[in-house]
Order: sequence, then structure tokens, then C-alpha cells
Amino acid sequence: MSWFEKLMPSRIRTEGGSKRVVPEGLWAKCPGCGAILYRAEMERNRDVCPKCGYHNRINARRRLDVFLDPEPREEIGENLSPTDPLKFKDSKKYKDRISQAQKISGEKDALVVMRGQLKGMDLVVAAFEFGFMGGSMGSVVGERFVAGANISIERGIPLVCFSASGGARMQESLFSLMQMAKTSAVLAQMEKRGIPFVSVMTDPTMGGVSASFAMLGDINVAEPNALIGFAGPRVIEQTVREKLPEGFQRSEFLLDHGAIDMIVDRRDMRERIANLLSILTQQPRT
Amino acid sequence: MDLNFLEFEQPIAELEAKIEELRMVGDDNEINIQDEISRLQSKCQALMESIFSDLKPWQVAQLARHPQRPYMLDYIQRIFDDFQELHGDRAFADDHAIVGGIARLDGRSVMLIGHQKGRDTKEKIYRNFGMPRPEGYRKALRLMQMAERFKIPLLTFIDTPGAYPGIDAEERGQSEAIARNLFVMSRLQTPIICTVMGEGGSGGALAIGVGDRVLMLEYSTYSVISPEGCASILWKSAEKAPLAAEAMGITSSSLKAQNLIDTIVPEPTGGAHRDKDTIAQSLKYALNEALEYLVQVPLDKLLEERYRRLLAYGDFSH
Repeated sequence: MSWFEKLMPSRIRTEGGSKRVVPEGLWAKCPGCGAILYRAEMERNRDVCPKCGYHNRINARRRLDVFLDPEPREEIGENLSPTDPLKFKDSKKYKDRISQAQKISGEKDALVVMRGQLKGMDLVVAAFEFGFMGGSMGSVVGERFVAGANISIERGIPLVCFSASGGARMQESLFSLMQMAKTSAVLAQMEKRGIPFVSVMTDPTMGGVSASFAMLGDINVAEPNALIGFAGPRVIEQTVREKLPEGFQRSEFLLDHGAIDMIVDRRDMRERIANLLSILTQQPRT
Repeated sequence: MDLNFLEFEQPIAELEAKIEELRMVGDDNEINIQDEISRLQSKCQALMESIFSDLKPWQVAQLARHPQRPYMLDYIQRIFDDFQELHGDRAFADDHAIVGGIARLDGRSVMLIGHQKGRDTKEKIYRNFGMPRPEGYRKALRLMQMAERFKIPLLTFIDTPGAYPGIDAEERGQSEAIARNLFVMSRLQTPIICTVMGEGGSGGALAIGVGDRVLMLEYSTYSVISPEGCASILWKSAEKAPLAAEAMGITSSSLKAQNLIDTIVPEPTGGAHRDKDTIAQSLKYALNEALEYLVQVPLDKLLEERYRRLLAYGDFSH
């Protein structure tokens, strides 16, 4: 509370304070600049703040929707669903966490893969659902990624993956860790055949996802200001016991340190990636 | 309390101290002391067997990090001949948390890469507690590719709490360094045998852990996150680490049952640190056995089989 608010009589404070009820869903406050924005306008703008360019997190379906051409689209590996090989239980059973996450997100697991077209060019696109247990990678995520990559290999069409993940999923323990090896192995096969893989890292891309396929793009792209790294900032702070530099582990930091090729605004994503892929595959401009 | 022993080892340590005391006395007075010593010795053996026959996963995790546990260089000295250490990633630095080089195993040329921890404080800092930075993984990558070039089998040895979580490590691309190794190892054209000797800590372990065979010493662990890390996230308290160790199934027997590793190398009763020569012999035997099979498999079949194994990881329903 600022000194000014403290001075105000409490009645005025309640009326003028932040508690005033805004109708749910019509307006949204930008977490970047605090501007109050009309939600429909935000959606037209692909959930990027028209005032400051802040990129809000978006779910997997919406990601695919704003990236792919409307037709054709075919989902890959949609029947795969998670199991609980360890009968894992902390304060809650993993089984219950799965059903809760499925209810909240409407997805069976944290990765959605589709075959479709980008400006008429055939390709496979994978997108993480951060709302499903923080986009964590377990067996289903690994298997769906591989299923998508295998379609890329069979048809000789590019693969694009939009990552948004806290890392490997603890509840599947070593099965999760091994997904890092599995997804990297299938990319090694793609590379041998000269099929392009473009990795787009969005906020956040951490841990086992960052330390496997996300960093293995022929071209590594990031959305502006996304948190990208191996260890989480809190863990690093506790280890080195110093304050982390400004902008640490953000897209711009990674670009400066040579870890990614470019930062692309979500509103330009279709255009830029279509162009990259058509040049790499030696096709005319779409 | 002797800090070189874990809490559950203390009763054993006390008995051993008593035996040692009696031995000192025994020099002046031969009568009956010898009987007492052998009585205590068999009691000690029985105690050790009973403690070790029912270890909890958390106790195994502590054994895997035992201050006296043999490290990479202890094994190199006991198993291999003519070891020549090779240093540096040719780009930035030599990471002392990873040791690599060429050597002979019973006359056969091999490439060795492994994590190295330190014994005393000074050495621990020098080895960064066995936590590599990107240059460590890039040194490993350079040596892997050298092994491929000269058609030398690659043997890797895992013992790390994890890749170093530091500002500099992130600046130089810790994620990319780990990812690149997974990518390259998945199709490296030479046999690869990976052995978990102590702590198999997450991505930092896996970055030298992709191969044709995965061995684990009996009291080593392998997990996606440390029990403490898992506990502090899921139980909101690092003190619940014993529960996390249990839940994640991090021991060799549990991982073998899940078909995630191939071979358990049995340790002497009381753990590898009680008899370094014996565990080195057991490991040498296991390495030779795996290697003799792998070197006679045609290369294309070897790689096909490795790829099939990697793609088979996972548990899901259709």
C-alpha cells in the first residue's frame, strides 16, 4: 500500500481500491504494462499485448490454431494416454493429478501433435500444453513427439515444435528422464535424412525439455522474453548465493550468448517460419 | 560419531572399533583374546548382513554418496592399464568434474569418460563436487567422436549430483551441451557401455549415459531429480527426501525390475567402499562380459538395436 492510500479514509479506499469487480472475461490486465485491454482485441492479436508486446502464455490448441492453416489438420498420437508405472504418490496420487490435469486442460497429456500445412506447405507441428502439469515431459509426451517426427521422416516434411515446459515429469521418474534420450535420438535420424526441425521456445522452456529436443533445432527460435534454461533461477540463486543478472535466462540473453538463432514475435511467427522452411527446403516463397 | 560412516553404519563402526582395540591389547596378552576377536568379527559380519539385507531406498541413496565411495579414478587405477588422460573441450576450458582419456582393458583399447568427485574439501572444490559445466560435456563429446573415429569402444562412468546449476553454466549453454551429447551418443558408431557408479543425477548423468548397455553398481541410484529436490517440490520440504527416494524407485533393483537398466553389478557386503579391489574386479568382469558381446555385433545392427532400445523407453496406454 502506498503512503497516499494509507492516508485515505478506509471508506474511500474500498471504493477506489483494486477490489472493484470487473466482469469476468471481458477485460484483461496486461501483466507486462498493466494496461487494461479489451479481451477480444487481445485474442485478435494472438494474446500479445498491443501496447507493450507482452506475450501471454497460450494453450496447445490455440497455438496450433494460430500457427497452422485452417485446413487440413490431422492429430497424431491422440489415443496415447498416461499410465502410472510407479504408482507414484506424494501428497496426492499421480493418478489423481492426471485426471485433474485432464479436466482442467481438456488434454490427455502435455503435448499435442498435428500434421497440417503452413501457407500450403506440408509439415508436422507439436505444441506443449503448459496447463497440463506445467507442460512436464513424461512417456506420452516423448512418444507423441517421436510419432510426429516419424511422420516427418516418412513423408520428408519439416517438424516444428513449440515448447512450454517446466522439464521432465517427476512422477514418472526415470521413464521421464529417458524421454530426453528418446526424443534426441529421433532427431538424430531426421538430421541424417536432411529433414529440417525448427524449435520454437516459448515461456517457459526449462530442464529436461530444454536439455533435449528444444535445443536441437536446425534453427532455434524463441518468443520475446521467454524464460529458457536448464536449471531454474531459484535453484541457481540458492547454489551460487548471488543475485542473478537482469534478464538472466530470457530470450534476449540467450540470443546474446549464442544459444538461439532469433527472437520472433508471435504475430510474425507464421510468416517467418514459412519463409525459413521454404528457403531450407529450396522451395519458392509462399 | 565417525563422519566417515553413515548413521546406519554406526553400529558396525563401533564393533569394528572394539575389535581394533582388542587387537592392540592382543599383542601383550595372547590368551583368550583371539577367541573374543573372532566372536566379535562374526557378530560384526552378521550385523552387517542383516543391515544390508533390508536397505531402504534412502539408505541406498546415502551409500551412493558415501564419503568413502570409490570414484572414477579409483576404478581406472584398478581396472585399466596405460590410462592417458585427455584434457579440454578445445573451446573454453578443461572441466575437472569430468575425466576422460584412452586406456587398455585387458589389452583392448578403450575410451573412458566419467564424472569425478573429490575426497577432501580442496579436491571437492577442484572437482566442483562432480557437477560438470558445459565445457565438461563438450570435452566428453570431443572424446566420444574421437572414439568413433578410431573405432574404440566407449565406456562411461556416471557419478554426479547433476549438471552444475550456475550462472556461467547457463551462459555457455548447459542445455545445449547436454542435448547435443544425447543426440550424438544415440548414433555414435562404436559400442557404448554406461555404468552408474554412484549418483545418477538427472540430465547431468544422462549426458554421458546413452548407450548399448547400462550397468549399475548395486548401491548406486539413478533418478530424474534428487530425492531432496523432488521432496522440496512435491512435499514442500527437503526433509521428506526419504519418501521421495521411495516413490521414485531410484535403486538398481527397482530400475532393473522396470527394465530401465541391463545389469546390476553386485557390491561387497557393506558397500563398495569397504572393499575397493573386490568391487573393481566385479565391475571389470561385467564390463568385459558386455564388451565381448558388443564388439562382435556388426555396427549397423548395433546402432539399429540401440535406436530400438531408446525408442522403447516409456510406459503409456493406447
